Amino acid sequence: MALVTNVTSFGRSGLSDFVLQRVSALVLGAYGLCLVGFFVTTDVSHASLAAFLGGTVMQWFSTAAILALAVHAWIGMWTVGTDYIRQHAFGAGLGGSAFGLRLVYQFGCVAAIVVYMAWSLTIIWGLA
Amino acid sequence: MKVSIYRFDPDADEKARMQDVEVELPEGRDLMVLDVLELAKSRDPSIAYRRSCREGVCGSDGMNINGKNGLACITPVSEAARGGKLVLRPLPGLPVIRDLVVDMSAFFRQFERVKPYLINDAPPPAEERLQSPEDRAKLDGLYECILCACCSTSCPSFWWNPDKFVGPAGLLQAYRFLADSRDTATTERLAELEDPFSVFRCRGIMNCVNACPRGLNPTRAIGKIRSMLLTEAT
Repeated sequence: MALVTNVTSFGRSGLSDFVLQRVSALVLGAYGLCLVGFFVTTDVSHASLAAFLGGTVMQWFSTAAILALAVHAWIGMWTVGTDYIRQHAFGAGLGGSAFGLRLVYQFGCVAAIVVYMAWSLTIIWGLA
Repeated sequence: MKVSIYRFDPDADEKARMQDVEVELPEGRDLMVLDVLELAKSRDPSIAYRRSCREGVCGSDGMNINGKNGLACITPVSEAARGGKLVLRPLPGLPVIRDLVVDMSAFFRQFERVKPYLINDAPPPAEERLQSPEDRAKLDGLYECILCACCSTSCPSFWWNPDKFVGPAGLLQAYRFLADSRDTATTERLAELEDPFSVFRCRGIMNCVNACPRGLNPTRAIGKIRSMLLTEAT
C-alpha cells in the first residue's frame, strides 16, 4: 500500500495515470496525423469533411480520440490542480484549507470534460 | 564588491529584507562565495548561515546564489556574480529559521520515507555481503549524494507538494537501494512509490540536474524507478 493516496486521481495510481496519459497521447497523435493527412490531400469542404468523418472507421477512430482526450485532460487538469491549489499557495486566505476550492475546480473540470465528450460524440455519431 | 544578503530574524523582523554589504575582495584571487560571506560576516556578525567542511563534502552551506542553488564553499565568485553583485538567499521552498538557515525537516522526512538503508533479511554471512564489480558499478552516480538539498529545493514539484512528492534527493537514494544487488526489499520499496505523487509528480524539467553541486543526475534515477515500476506491474 503506497504511503500517499488520493481518491480523485483517475487511476488511483501514479503508474496507471502515467501509462494512460502516454497511451492517450499516442491515440491523439495518430488521430491528429490522420486529420492533417485529410486536410493536406483533400479539397476541403463541409461535404467532404462530413463524408470523411461519417465513415464507420473514422467514427470509431473519432470516438477513441474523444475518449483519449477526456482521459488525458482529466489526468492533466487533476495534476495542475493538486500542484497549484494548495493551502501554502494562498497563505492564510482560504481559512485553513484549499480542499474546498480544489473540489470546486475538479468538479468544474469533470463537468466540462463530460459535456464536451457527450457533445462531440453526438456530433460524430449524428453524421452517418 | 556589493553582496546582497537575505535577512530575517523571527524575533525582531516582521518581514524578510535584503541587506547590502560592501566587501573588499583581495586583488588577483578568485574567492569562493563562502569566503565572501565570511568577509561580510566580519563586517556584520549577526548574519547567520550554516557551514562546516568548506570543501563541498558536508553539504551544509547550500543556498541560492544569484538565482541558482549551490554550495557556497565550492562556487567561485567569478562564476556566480553577475554585474559585480552577489545575491544570496536561503534555499527556496523551505521555511526560513533565520537569514540563510532553513528548516530542512520536510526534506529529511521525505528522505526517511524511502528507507535509505540496506534491507536484507537473509542471515548475514560471517564477514560481509559480497557484490560483483559490475553490480557495485551500478551504484556509481547514486551513492555520492551529500544531502545538501540543492536539488529538491530547486524543484517546483517539491515546492508545491513537499509533504507528498519525495523529491529528487530522496528518489536518487530510493534508486540507490533499488539498484543494489544486496537489497531484497525491491517489491516493497516499489509499492511505496507507485502512487500519483511520490515519484510521478516529477515532470522531468531537470532543475535538479542543473543544481546538483556533485554533478549527479536524479532525473535519470527517477526514470529508472518508473521503468522498474512498469516492469513490476506488467
